[in-house]
Amino acid sequence: MTTTASAPTTVKEFRLPDLGEGLTESEIVQWHVAEGDTVELNQIIADVETAKAVVELPSPYAGVVVRLHEAAGTTVDVGAPIVSFEVAGESGEPGASGAPHAVPPSAADEPAENRPAPARREPNLVGYGAALEKGGRPQRRTRVLPGVVSMPVTVPTVRVPAERPRSTPPVRKLARDLGIPLDGLTGTGPGSLITRTDVLAALAGTAGSAGSAATPSTVLAGGPSAVPSPDPSRGTRSPAGQTRTPIKGVRKHTAAAMVASAFTAPHVTEFLTIDVTPTVELLAELKQGRALEGTRITPLAVVAKAVCIAVARNPTLNSSWDEQAQEIVQYADVNLGIAAATPRGLLVPNIKAAQSLALVDLARALGALAETARAGKTPPADLTGGTLSITNIGVFGIDAGTPILNPGEAAILAVGAIRSMPWEYQGAVALRSVLTLSLSFDHRLVDGEQGSRFLADVGTILRNPAMVLAMV
Amino acid sequence: MTDGSSPDLASGTVHPGPSRPGADELVQLVDPHGVRHPHGHYDALVADVDGPALQKLYEDMVVVRRIDAEATALQRQGELALWPPLLGQEAAQIGSGRALRSDDFVFSSYRENAVAYCRGVDLADILRVWRGNASSGWDPYTINMATPQVIIGAQTLHATGYAMGILNDGADAVAVTYFGDGATSQGDVNEAMVFAASYQAPVVFFCQNNHWAISEPVGLQAHVPIARRAPGFGIPSVRVDGNDVLACLAVTREALARARSGGGPTFIEAVTYRMGPHTTADDPTRYRDANELEDWAARDPLARLATLLDSLGLLDADYTDSVKATADAVAAELREGCLSMPEPAPSDVFRHVYSAPNSWLDRQQDHYERYLASFGPDGGTPQEGRR
Repeated sequence: MTTTASAPTTVKEFRLPDLGEGLTESEIVQWHVAEGDTVELNQIIADVETAKAVVELPSPYAGVVVRLHEAAGTTVDVGAPIVSFEVAGESGEPGASGAPHAVPPSAADEPAENRPAPARREPNLVGYGAALEKGGRPQRRTRVLPGVVSMPVTVPTVRVPAERPRSTPPVRKLARDLGIPLDGLTGTGPGSLITRTDVLAALAGTAGSAGSAATPSTVLAGGPSAVPSPDPSRGTRSPAGQTRTPIKGVRKHTAAAMVASAFTAPHVTEFLTIDVTPTVELLAELKQGRALEGTRITPLAVVAKAVCIAVARNPTLNSSWDEQAQEIVQYADVNLGIAAATPRGLLVPNIKAAQSLALVDLARALGALAETARAGKTPPADLTGGTLSITNIGVFGIDAGTPILNPGEAAILAVGAIRSMPWEYQGAVALRSVLTLSLSFDHRLVDGEQGSRFLADVGTILRNPAMVLAMV
Repeated sequence: MTDGSSPDLASGTVHPGPSRPGADELVQLVDPHGVRHPHGHYDALVADVDGPALQKLYEDMVVVRRIDAEATALQRQGELALWPPLLGQEAAQIGSGRALRSDDFVFSSYRENAVAYCRGVDLADILRVWRGNASSGWDPYTINMATPQVIIGAQTLHATGYAMGILNDGADAVAVTYFGDGATSQGDVNEAMVFAASYQAPVVFFCQNNHWAISEPVGLQAHVPIARRAPGFGIPSVRVDGNDVLACLAVTREALARARSGGGPTFIEAVTYRMGPHTTADDPTRYRDANELEDWAARDPLARLATLLDSLGLLDADYTDSVKATADAVAAELREGCLSMPEPAPSDVFRHVYSAPNSWLDRQQDHYERYLASFGPDGGTPQEGRR
């Protein structure tokens, strides 16, 4: 759209709508347009993530984007302006246009936000609820008593106490500690939020020379001269070669799950290093066999099978602590979780009722699980209901570790790399295939005895697969 | 969703009504590749559907898909509080909707916007409720379609009751009720089928099995095809490819003819797929396999009819341009109607409660209006106003 000098245009502001039912905020994941772009009606301008879904935002106007109010990655309150468009035509309602050039620019021609507050009921956009009144608490409306003539009275202007400067508690504390009043600062954060950097910049200013101020030890990132300009890309450049990436998505979920697990379930980890040469030989033999044509049986599949057999003998490993109900949940099925590094991050999809699968089926299920996970197509159902997990750190060449429990599960087994090592064999030292198993368990549910027996059982099977005959 | 087992395996009963072999089989006249297959029974019911009629059905589906997309956009732009998309279900709704006579009466759920379009609803009226502008969008008697029911399955009772009224009147109109697979688990739907069968009421139960009751897959509530439930009530049933507009038209015509001729109710299971979210506040990727959507996209109702039209030489540029122009005009009318909808007055809440004046309500309205007036002429803006 070309805007000639005489063509009347109006700036229209688009405020973030309530995209679900009763949401108060959403995050702008990505802008699909930039300032200066011409957009069509309903052209997708942004991806927005609400608490319920990631949705595409279609443009409400055909026109030119004149301003993106918020950068990608910002969480925006419902009702806050996010983008302004310049659109053809007059402001005001259809039919209200009359001789636009005959009158000097009046208040009516200005964008709504510049106009003085209209003394009438303001219609809300659907779903916003009542417009919030400034001041933090509901204001009573003035009631005019019948019989009392309402007339303009010059009331001494009551100064409504200004809203206190917007910031966050840690930054408020920092400012207090440094003796910097927040009232005088201009926030550069989202929605004019006063950030740590703003406070430090102010400190630098009061100290006279930039950069030379004695920065207190609480200062974490960068010198006072560092005032980052808002960067629309997702990772924000910080001083001193750091890159700051907002915590979100699978990373955020993983972190929350790990923290919840590590600080609610008392973890105990046990290690067992064993000679698994017989298992390696068995795998080689199976590879020759015709029965398993087309299916690759991996050491992981054997470990998974061994875990299922060992669980049958030590069922407490396949249970869960229900804090709310004050009950221990014992599962009949082993829904075996397999930690998988996927494009989205760490996921632990599980194989339902793994104990009922024969070795070859288990191997197939593991293959399918990995493939689906790598393709990013793991169905949600596969990610819930796990009861016990395996993490294969051996693929990274690692021997042992102290895995953190998948939340809600009683045990997780880390499988190390199989290495050729000098090992005692039939009274002499020989080169054998050696593997370390690391088992973490929830000590609320599993005592040392049960955990040890379980780990020993898994070890026994891997050390000599034929021992299964004596165990099932 | 065919389960491969033979019909009547579970019940061992014989379907009443005209029974056909393999009742679990989908009636399909146009396959997903756009190929028209002859059908011994149903061809006769759509013998009148010539090229122009097929073109009209296609146009209808394109237009309602456009209405759906425009309304979804309006919701994203803050102009509607919520919208329940029908994407993927166009054929089931247009095929059945175009089979109806103007004196038939529709009782639908909230997703049958394409049926409302067939009934000739004013476009903006579809949006009125979702904009929070009115308690109901239109006067049901102007288009013989009740305003959409949000309570799951309740409309089936209304339809059955209306159909019993038709019996009393001795008329030959039919009540048609639309609901989803999830609704079949509701008591209301089962009660409606009991009464419909008992009275042999002229009602058609049109179930769009779109495979998802919000986040619950249909397999959770029905281990056998849903159409098999109806014979248990003494109601003949048929399963139809819900993405085949011609087949939907045929089976609906058959059911209507049965009802008009005193043959009582029919249950139609249109097997289709909700390709979008349950509503604009839902994220189906949280519970639905991406592969499933791909599978159903390959069975898209519009694509297959377009292929058929093309093979008949009926999809030239002039025609597609005119369809697009119609869809654009409808979308523009819908948007304009939405944005220019007058805001309701506070006292409108008292309207449409009683059909005749009611002194008690009038008094309440009077009190409320005087209360509002007490805020003065500025309508009660907070003293400090807006920023």
